[in-house]
Amino acid sequence: MNFQKRLLRAEPNFRILAKLWQVNWLYVLLICALALVGYGALYSAAGGSSRPFAGPQTIRFAIGLVMMVCVALMSPRVLTRLAWPLYGLSLVLLVAVLRMGHVGKGAERWLIVGGVQLQPSELAKIALVLVLATWFHRVSYRRMVNPLYLLPPAAMVLLPVGLVLKEPNLGTAVIIGVVGATIFFGAGMRLWQIALLLLPLPFLGKFAYSHLHDYQKARITTFLNPESDPLGAGYNIIQSKIALGSGGMWGQGYLHGTQGQLNFLPEKQTDFIFTMIAEEWGYVGGIAVIGLLMLMVIGGMLIAMRSRNQFGRLLGLGIATNFFLYCAVNLSMVMGTIPVGGVPLPLISYGGSAMLTVMFGFGLLMSAWVHRNDHFGEAGDRS
Amino acid sequence: MVRRRKTLQRLMSRPDADTPSRGVFTRRALVVLGAQMAAFGLLGHRLYGLQVVEGDHFARMAENNRVSRRLIAPPRGRVVDRFGIAVASNKVNWRALLLPEETSDIPGTLDRFSALVPIEARDRARIEREIRHKRRFIPVMLHDFLSWDDMARIELNAPSLPGVLIDVGTTRNYPFGPLMAHVVGYVAPPGDKDVAQDQTLALPGMRVGRAGIEQTQDGLLRGQVGAVEVEVNAVGRLMSELSRDEGQPGDEITLTIDSGLQQAVLGRIADQSASAVVMDCRNGEVLAMVSNPSFDPSLFDSGVSQAQWQEWATDPRTPLINKAVAGVYPPGSTFKPAVAMAALKAGTLSPTDRIFCPGYLDVGGTRFHCWSRYGHGSLTLKEGLKFSCDVFFYEVARRTGMDAIAAASHSFGLGTNLDIELQHTRAGLIPTPEWRRAHGQHWNGGDTIVSGIGQGFVQVTPLQLATYVSRIASGRAVQPHLVRAISGRQTDGTDGGHWPALDMPEPFLAQLRAGMYAVVNEEHGTAPKAKLDIPGVQMAGKTGSAQVRHVSRALRESGHFDSSSLPWEYRPHALFICFAPYDAPRYAAAVVVEHGNAGAAVAAPLARDIMTDTLTRDPANRKEPPGQVVAEVEDFE
Repeated sequence: MNFQKRLLRAEPNFRILAKLWQVNWLYVLLICALALVGYGALYSAAGGSSRPFAGPQTIRFAIGLVMMVCVALMSPRVLTRLAWPLYGLSLVLLVAVLRMGHVGKGAERWLIVGGVQLQPSELAKIALVLVLATWFHRVSYRRMVNPLYLLPPAAMVLLPVGLVLKEPNLGTAVIIGVVGATIFFGAGMRLWQIALLLLPLPFLGKFAYSHLHDYQKARITTFLNPESDPLGAGYNIIQSKIALGSGGMWGQGYLHGTQGQLNFLPEKQTDFIFTMIAEEWGYVGGIAVIGLLMLMVIGGMLIAMRSRNQFGRLLGLGIATNFFLYCAVNLSMVMGTIPVGGVPLPLISYGGSAMLTVMFGFGLLMSAWVHRNDHFGEAGDRS
Repeated sequence: MVRRRKTLQRLMSRPDADTPSRGVFTRRALVVLGAQMAAFGLLGHRLYGLQVVEGDHFARMAENNRVSRRLIAPPRGRVVDRFGIAVASNKVNWRALLLPEETSDIPGTLDRFSALVPIEARDRARIEREIRHKRRFIPVMLHDFLSWDDMARIELNAPSLPGVLIDVGTTRNYPFGPLMAHVVGYVAPPGDKDVAQDQTLALPGMRVGRAGIEQTQDGLLRGQVGAVEVEVNAVGRLMSELSRDEGQPGDEITLTIDSGLQQAVLGRIADQSASAVVMDCRNGEVLAMVSNPSFDPSLFDSGVSQAQWQEWATDPRTPLINKAVAGVYPPGSTFKPAVAMAALKAGTLSPTDRIFCPGYLDVGGTRFHCWSRYGHGSLTLKEGLKFSCDVFFYEVARRTGMDAIAAASHSFGLGTNLDIELQHTRAGLIPTPEWRRAHGQHWNGGDTIVSGIGQGFVQVTPLQLATYVSRIASGRAVQPHLVRAISGRQTDGTDGGHWPALDMPEPFLAQLRAGMYAVVNEEHGTAPKAKLDIPGVQMAGKTGSAQVRHVSRALRESGHFDSSSLPWEYRPHALFICFAPYDAPRYAAAVVVEHGNAGAAVAAPLARDIMTDTLTRDPANRKEPPGQVVAEVEDFE
């Protein structure tokens, strides 16, 4: 401890070293473990080759890792100042993608910036977490009794949710909304306020369903009865279930999953990568991956709870919840529990945009850990 | 780790140790975490349900997903003549295909290909359309029926033709073309009805016999369909082969036909509308069966054009009809031996009986004329046959009655359904009073008289005539047949002596043969032109001219009647039946020249030539075809 304190007080050069020392390397190891699982799965998805998926993904992961460490070293003060510009940028990008984005299968919109595919909705999630954490860091628990303090952050949530809904990407919109709501909850929104808000929800849901696109409605109906359209919209769900089931307890063996290797499984390198893993490694492998994901979420939540400033806590909560939602939605989707939507499995699915934003998120989480003992600009919450 | 545990303890025991917000946060974060863990738990449970509980069910579905059973079309069996010369075979069809996924520059590859093997503009359009519409791993046909030169050029330039591959298919090949068309028949691609009956016919390359041997032996020729089980991926692309059952190629059918003799017979017939059947009179093997004009059977494989079909259908010489089995003609005087046999058996005529011919016979107020206005005088049976005296047989028929004549005729095979391996045959007719009554009409005595010389309602086919003369010559109830062996296994009935003896005393048959001998070989016989030019070998025969139009008595008596001046379709048919050698009969033949006018003048020399060819070639006593060139047969196997 003494050594650390001495380092912290020492020259700036040493402060960086000290911060590096502070990074939770155990958690980084966990991240690397998941990335390794991803590498193995992508290697198999390409039929036993590091090209075209596993190799590029590793490079992206390495870039993401460096970026994560850089972000981890940034102090909360810098991050709170970055929050607003980043949030503004994400909104601009969301508008831009609506106007001139590319539409992929179904509807995933992306922009191409300097040859890199960019999905603004991914960035929007992180920016929202940052900006909400910044807001609630300044608005104390006591002041939140006044609903007026909740209106600006509510607008901050609804703005990106609305824009993403318009893309239209229902899955991501729901995830953004739930992440926002979780931060509201964690920040100390009163229970009566929550109850008041939940009351009109059923009517809202009915209204929303009537405004869904046909393909989104189709997803909901085929989810309820996938066999109704085995070669159409229900195909993905049925094939995924078949592949999972044929994996059995112990799996068909690495590189020998018939459904995945024979391409019956759709999008096996992105959305349905978990199915592929569970087919080849069986229930045992599937549970192992779920276990790793659980550890990631638990770790994130512990980091959040450990922080001594509200910003760090909410940041951690937001990032961990975002990660959890990614995993839960993706897993439910491949197991046919919720309607299919283009949500990848973080760190494992192939895709640059998701990988970089997820690593950026972990950078923020790590920053919260590194600066867990900092106190700064909190609005007189101390008693 | 120790520090972390302490932290956790502190968080749990004193939730709001730091600030109110921290305490609230910690509690709520734990609630959130709890919910998250519960969600993971549910997902794990769901995974257990899918993978372990329902695993078998899904594993079966997975197997169905990936294993695809594909059927293999067996090669259709060949049809060969009695000496093993292919009459119907499978011609290898070399085709150039393009696998679009293996070339990056499709137009360039097509350009380079058409520089080697020209592709027509229409084909090019089709190829480009198929490339656009099919999946990229499904080959598109560029050109079929490639020659060796084409293939050599393609192979040589393979490096500049990525994705071009050469593939083997088969088409049915009929080396003899029209010569064998009526016997072998033809195949055509199966129709919807065929496929509904037998699913395997949907396989590419399968053909259905539509006529002739191809039709009647279709089940044997077709063979057993094989199957391959292959592993396919989601888009149906073949990944690997799991098991293979080659199936059973179709049987090879050996015909009784001697293709060389067949060709010789057709050569004699030349361009007359005629049919001829040559049989082995001991065992019923059909050595030649010609029906002229004919058609090219290979045209049916790819579909016959409307214009071609119209041409065939409207031709008065009926090229599509096998006249040997489906052409019916009044037998005319060739019927006389059958009438004689009926009378001999009934006892109404003995070999020594004499009947006087004054040139006509009056029965019930009607006068029936002999072909000779002056009459033949007093005749025995042998002389009656020799001169083909009409009055003699009028009288014999009158004495014997139609029922006995019909019975003898049927025994000879006339007017019956001969059990030959061809479809669309006709039975002809030997009329009886009963048949007439069944049609609501009365049988007149005159009907019997006219039937006695093979006119009136009597109708027979050339094959029946050949069978009839075979039975006269051999004394056995030989059945004509075309199939000699199936995949090398001799079929029944090709051996002499297999057939039961006719219910006719040998002396009576000898009388008929003697009469027929006289026709050809004795002075004043009706067919001196039929005398063989082979030393020591004699032929016996009988002429026939069958009127197709009634000739009035006035015209006949005017003395100016000359049937050769009639329009072609009104002229009488010319017939001749014969067998040889006379002293040890082996071959029998029947010739019908449609509207050939006179049996003696037209059919007899034709029959003599055919019999000469048959005796020279002597197919019944040979294992191999005689040395002469049979045909320029181009036959890839």
